[in-house]
Amino acid sequence: MTAFWQKMTEDFPVLGQEPHGERLVYLDSAATSLTPEPVIEAVNSFYRSYNANVHRGIHALSERATREYEGARKNIAQFLGVERSSISFTKSTTESINFVARSWAEEHFSSGDEILLTEMEHHSNIVPWQLLKDRVGVTLKYVSIHDDGTLDRSELMDKLSPKTRLLALTHVSNVLGTVNPIEQIVTQVKEKNTDLRVLVDGAQAVPHMEVDLEELGVDFYAFSGHKMLGPTGVGGLYVAPDIVDQVPPFLGGGEMIKQVQKQSSTWKKPPYKFEAGTPNIAQAIGLGAAVDYYRDLGMDTVREREENLVDQAYTRLKEMEGVEVYGPEERSGVISFTMNQLHPHDIATVVDQQGVAIRAGHHCTQPLMERLGVSATARASLSIYNREEDIDELVSALKKAKQLFSREPVTSEG
Amino acid sequence: MSLESLYTDIILDHYRSPRQFGELEEVDLSVEGNNPLCGDELKLFLQFDGETVEKARWQGQGCAISQASTSMMADMLEGKTVEELREVALQFRSMMQDELDEEEIEELGDLQAIQGVVKFPIRIKCAVLPWNTLQEALLNRHKDVENLTYEEEMEEDEVPDQIPGQI
Repeated sequence: MTAFWQKMTEDFPVLGQEPHGERLVYLDSAATSLTPEPVIEAVNSFYRSYNANVHRGIHALSERATREYEGARKNIAQFLGVERSSISFTKSTTESINFVARSWAEEHFSSGDEILLTEMEHHSNIVPWQLLKDRVGVTLKYVSIHDDGTLDRSELMDKLSPKTRLLALTHVSNVLGTVNPIEQIVTQVKEKNTDLRVLVDGAQAVPHMEVDLEELGVDFYAFSGHKMLGPTGVGGLYVAPDIVDQVPPFLGGGEMIKQVQKQSSTWKKPPYKFEAGTPNIAQAIGLGAAVDYYRDLGMDTVREREENLVDQAYTRLKEMEGVEVYGPEERSGVISFTMNQLHPHDIATVVDQQGVAIRAGHHCTQPLMERLGVSATARASLSIYNREEDIDELVSALKKAKQLFSREPVTSEG
Repeated sequence: MSLESLYTDIILDHYRSPRQFGELEEVDLSVEGNNPLCGDELKLFLQFDGETVEKARWQGQGCAISQASTSMMADMLEGKTVEELREVALQFRSMMQDELDEEEIEELGDLQAIQGVVKFPIRIKCAVLPWNTLQEALLNRHKDVENLTYEEEMEEDEVPDQIPGQI
């Protein structure tokens, strides 16, 4: 057992589980990642040692809670290459995107304004804009993907019109594994359309590669804690300094106000302006610990290991007869596939019996499924705690599934 | 919980060679059923002679369990009265809730092949989809409803009474 694998087994206690008596092979990190001991410890530590509310507290526990909470914010901001004040804690990527749609977009967009999305978007980066369309009358346009799953960049530029106010796209596709070259895209689109703003769904990117938000040049960037080794219930939203003054509050209440009178109130400065009520204190602190964990490993190592694994997995799946793999060869650690004669739901059930956890369904990307011509796919997704043997198990389980479904049945005689 | 008890020979047979698959020239009643949670869909076409189902066909796509279950159901529709079908549907539901004894299960004939699904709770919805769809059709038979659809939703019984399996 290599030292790295030893460490992973120790750090991720859930890997000791044996579903159906088999070693757990967790290939569903795109849905949610496993959580390492230091993160669990950080969350528990809050509840055990300094359980108190943050901000404005004068007593010792509250002071410590505030320090840890704001320390986590700073940690995360640094990890993403930006200033502390540009990171707000939210519940999730979905909430972050809804926040932008309901506060900034709703305030500044009107009927006739256009929003450009892509065919590969997750529902969380589609539905909030549809809701906005219902309320305000914006027009939604979509950029197609090529057959290999990459974005049609020239169509993107074509569809960009003087009326396009926002380009909202994903950094990494949760189905195809496609990595969109955000920095290049942002530069290109803002050159053509100087007033255009860009929102990026970074849920599947941050856990797997180095992300420098300032370099990317985006205006809004959303991510989820639970996809990056952090606890569930916490996520983040980056709002670029040069747009933050245009963003009104989303939720109103305590913590985000300066002064409250009966008829009106004044707001705190960002990021507090965007954080009403008592935050997910323990979870935010946990997310800070997740960032520390990534730092210790080094994002280069993380990226390298995953690239290696996904290369192997991609090659081996493509080799299998009757298996169709979706998306480009150059990809992040997500592989969606279908099999002849086998519905994804059945695939997932069969491999589950071997201890292999994958996902089957539309992965919250129904428009993409339609574009691919399928109603569902099976999906295996990788993270740092996966290794070659896991790919072996997946392939062997898939072979078993094929066998099971291709055996000659006896004709029913009642 | 062996896979062979779920994907039995009979189920695979119905999945690969679905019975009563196709369309009807004359349709008294058609109903769509789908399980958006996992992408199973089916459309049932029925022709009646009074209270008896004279002809039945179906089309659809989805997982082996849902398609095989539909095929098995379709195989037994023709020649049955609405009342008889209600009985069978009730028995089927009871079987899915693990409430039938050996004898009662045997009376269901081919349908008993789906019994294995009971050990895979997540898949029960796939097996009952055609029956819930049929129920929707029978209930609304005399109302002139266009585009009859049954859609599976998340219900309270998503939460199991006891934790299944080891995990």
